[in-house]
Amino acid sequence: MRALGIILAGGNSGRMHELSNKRAIAAMPVAGSYRAIDFALSNMSNSHVQKVAVLTQYNSRSLNEHLSSSKWWDFGRKQGGLFVFPPTITNDNGFWYRGTADAIAQNLTFLRNSHEPYVVIASGDCVYKLDYNKVLEYHIEKKADITVVTTEVTNPDELDRFGIVETAEDGRITNLQEKPLIPSGSLISTGIYVIRRRQLIELMEQAAEEERFDFVKDILIRYKDAKQIYSYKMDTYWSNIASVESYYRTNMDFLDKNIRNYFYKEYPDVYSKIDDLPPAKYNPGAVVKNSLVSSGCIINGVVENSVLFKKIFVGNNCTIKNCVILNDVHIGDNTYLENCIIESRDTIRPNSKYVGEDGKIKIVVQKDDRFSIG
Amino acid sequence: MIKKEMIAMLLAGGQGSRLGVLTSSIAKPAVAFGGKYRIIDFPLSNCINSGVDTVGVLTQYQPLRLNTHIGIGIPWDLDRNVGGVSILPPYEKSKNSEWYTGTANAIYQNLKYMEYYNPEYVLILGGDHIYKMDYESMLDFHKQKKADVTLATIPVPIEEASRFGVAITDAEKRILEFEEKPAQPRSNLASMGIYIFTWKVLKEALIELSDQKGCDFGKHVIPYCHERGSIYAYEYNGYWKDVGTLQSYWESNMELIDLIPEFNLYEEFWKIYTKSEVIPPQYISEDSVIERAIIGEGAEIYGQVYNSVIGPGVVIGENCVVRDSIIMKGTVIGENTVVNKAIIAENCYIGTNCELGVFDEVPNSWKPDIYNNGMVTIGENSIVPDRVKIGKNTAISGGTTIDDYPRGILASGENIIKAGDRV
Repeated sequence: MRALGIILAGGNSGRMHELSNKRAIAAMPVAGSYRAIDFALSNMSNSHVQKVAVLTQYNSRSLNEHLSSSKWWDFGRKQGGLFVFPPTITNDNGFWYRGTADAIAQNLTFLRNSHEPYVVIASGDCVYKLDYNKVLEYHIEKKADITVVTTEVTNPDELDRFGIVETAEDGRITNLQEKPLIPSGSLISTGIYVIRRRQLIELMEQAAEEERFDFVKDILIRYKDAKQIYSYKMDTYWSNIASVESYYRTNMDFLDKNIRNYFYKEYPDVYSKIDDLPPAKYNPGAVVKNSLVSSGCIINGVVENSVLFKKIFVGNNCTIKNCVILNDVHIGDNTYLENCIIESRDTIRPNSKYVGEDGKIKIVVQKDDRFSIG
Repeated sequence: MIKKEMIAMLLAGGQGSRLGVLTSSIAKPAVAFGGKYRIIDFPLSNCINSGVDTVGVLTQYQPLRLNTHIGIGIPWDLDRNVGGVSILPPYEKSKNSEWYTGTANAIYQNLKYMEYYNPEYVLILGGDHIYKMDYESMLDFHKQKKADVTLATIPVPIEEASRFGVAITDAEKRILEFEEKPAQPRSNLASMGIYIFTWKVLKEALIELSDQKGCDFGKHVIPYCHERGSIYAYEYNGYWKDVGTLQSYWESNMELIDLIPEFNLYEEFWKIYTKSEVIPPQYISEDSVIERAIIGEGAEIYGQVYNSVIGPGVVIGENCVVRDSIIMKGTVIGENTVVNKAIIAENCYIGTNCELGVFDEVPNSWKPDIYNNGMVTIGENSIVPDRVKIGKNTAISGGTTIDDYPRGILASGENIIKAGDRV
C-alpha cells in the first residue's frame, strides 16, 4: 500500500458549547446514523489506506467506545489495522499533545516503523467523501512536498474558522493565513494533507526540536516558500461540524435529496458501527414530514423538518420542528420542541417546551432520570 | 484441547414450498422478516444469547442468500477462533454421495463436525419459527432430568392441538407417548421441533439408523430413543410463531406493528441480531402519510403507508398508497401505485400507476392452498410494468412486461411465473 493514514481526533472547540462537554468532536453523531469520524475512516478504507492511526486526547471516552472494534470500517486486518493513540507519558516526554504537529511528533515511532511511502493526514470532524488516491496522484504529479486539500466555502460567516489559501495558476500555495479577521478569499484548507512519510518525519523532528507544535502555523505557513506546497481543490460536498451552527446545518443538509443520495446511495458507502436496533416504528398519532428517522425510533407525535438519530421515543401529542435529536432520547407526551439540538440520552419531561428563538439554535441538555418520571 | 458443552445444529436446508414464490430462489430461513431481519436471525440470535457459540448451519436448497447473510457470523458474534458458525452443505464422499435426505440424515452426514467439538449435548434447531428462547434453561432442565433427549414443547389451545405433534407426559414431564396430528388430542403440549440430545445418545442413534431412508428426527430418531431411553418435555411459554405459510407469515409480520406488540423487538434484553447492509436513516417526505408501520433503514417514503412492514432501502413513490402489505428490502414502488394486502419480496420494481390487490376474490387457479386470503405475492427481483391491475390471490415471479397482462390486467386467482423454480 502506498499510504498510511493519520486522523487528528483530539480536538475540542468552544464553538460547540455544551455539545462537547461529553465527547470529542470526532465522536459527534452526524446525519442520523453516523459519527463524524466515520467519514474520514470510511474514506481511508475506501481509498485502500489499510493502516490508520487515530490521535485522540480531549474527552475520548465516547470516541474510544465507537472505535472499540475496527471491523466496521474493515480495518481488522493482519496487514495494517486501526490504531488509537492517546498521549502517553514516556521516558522523554511528559506532555499532553500540545498541538497537531506535537501529536504527530509524539507518535514518530509509528511513522518510523511503517514502510508506506506516503501519509494521508485528515481530521475527524469533517463530513465528506474523498478518494485520497486522487490527491496522492496529484501530489506525485506536482512533485509536491505537501499537498493541502482545499475547498471553496460559500457562507462568508464561516470563513473566520478556517485557514485561507491563495494559490498560483499551477496550484502552488502562495499564501496561507490561519483564521484571519479579514479573509482574502474563500478558498480554505480542509485539514487534509498528503505528504511523503520521510518528509513528515524530518519536519516533525525539526519542529519538536524547536518546540513548535502546530501543523498549520509551524509547518504549512512557516515552510510555505521553502517547500513546494500545493493545493488540491475538491469540489464535492465538504463540511466541518466544529461549531453549533455548522453542526446543525450539516445535519439539515441531509434533508436535501442530492446530498442524501450522494452520501447514502452513491458509491462508495460510508460505514459505521452497527447498533442492532429494530426498524423505526410509527404508531397511531405519528405525523412525520420531511425528516430523517433512524433505526430504533418509536414515534407517536408530529415531527417536521428534523433529523432523528437512533433510538428516539417521541411521546403522544408531541410537536417537533426543525430539530436535531441525538441518540437515545426519550421525549415525554405533549412536548413542543422547535429549533433545538437535543443532547443524546436526554429525557424530556412530559409537557415541556423548548424553542430556539429568532432562528437561534437552542441546545437542550436534560438529565432527568428516565425511570423516575411518570 | 477443544471442548464445548453444547453445540447447535441448525437445519436450514428446506425450501419452504408453502411460501410460494417467496422461496422460489432462496431457502425459507433466508426469507426477510419484520422489516430488517431474516427468519434465521431468530434461532441464531437465540443461540448466542443463550451462550451457544458453536453453530453448524445445514444448507441444501438455494443456499446463496443464506451464505452471504451468515458470512463468518460477525453480526451474531459467531466469528470465533474455536467454534462460531459453520455452513455445512452436503458434500461428495468416496462412496455413498448423497443429498441430505432427511433431517436426521443431514445431521448424520456431519457427525465429524460434531465430534470435532467434543460436546456433551447437541441442540437441534429448525429455521422456520419466530421466537426468543433461552436454550440454556432448556439445557438446565435436560441436565436436571438426566434425560437422553429433551423436546421443547409449547402449550397450545386444545382445539388447535390436532394440527401439531403432541407429547403425552407424566407428572415428571417424562414423555410417555407421542401423537402426530391426533384427531382427539390427549395433551396440548405441541412439539416445537427443537431437541437437546445427550451427544452419546444422538451419535449412537444416528449410526444405528444410518441405513434408514430419509432418516427424520420426528419419524425415526425420536421413536428410536423413546424405545431405549428417556425423553422429557421442556415447556416453553412465550411467543412462538410458525411462519411456514403465506398467511401465518403475513400475520406475524403484521403483529409487529401493534401498539405494544406481543413479540417485542424493542426490548433491550435478548436482542435480535442481523446483518445490516443498509446503515443510513430513512427519509420521510413532506407529502407522506404513515399510519401504523415499521420501516427499515434507508427507506424513502414519498407516498402513503398504512398498516405495513417496510424493509430497508425501499422506495415508496409519490402518491402511492400501500396498505396491509409487506415490502422487502430494496424494492421500489413507482408513483401513483396502489398496493393492497401484498407481499413483495426483495429488489422488485413495481411500475407507476398500478393497482395491486383489486377485483373480487377468486381462488388461485394453480395453488389455491398456497395463494389465498386475497393476497398478492410477488417473488424477488420481479418487475411489474406501469399501469397494470393485479387481482387478489395472485402470484408473480420474474421480469414481467405489459404483454403478460392481457388488457393490462392480471385477474384474481391468476399467476405469472417467469423466474425461479416453478414449485
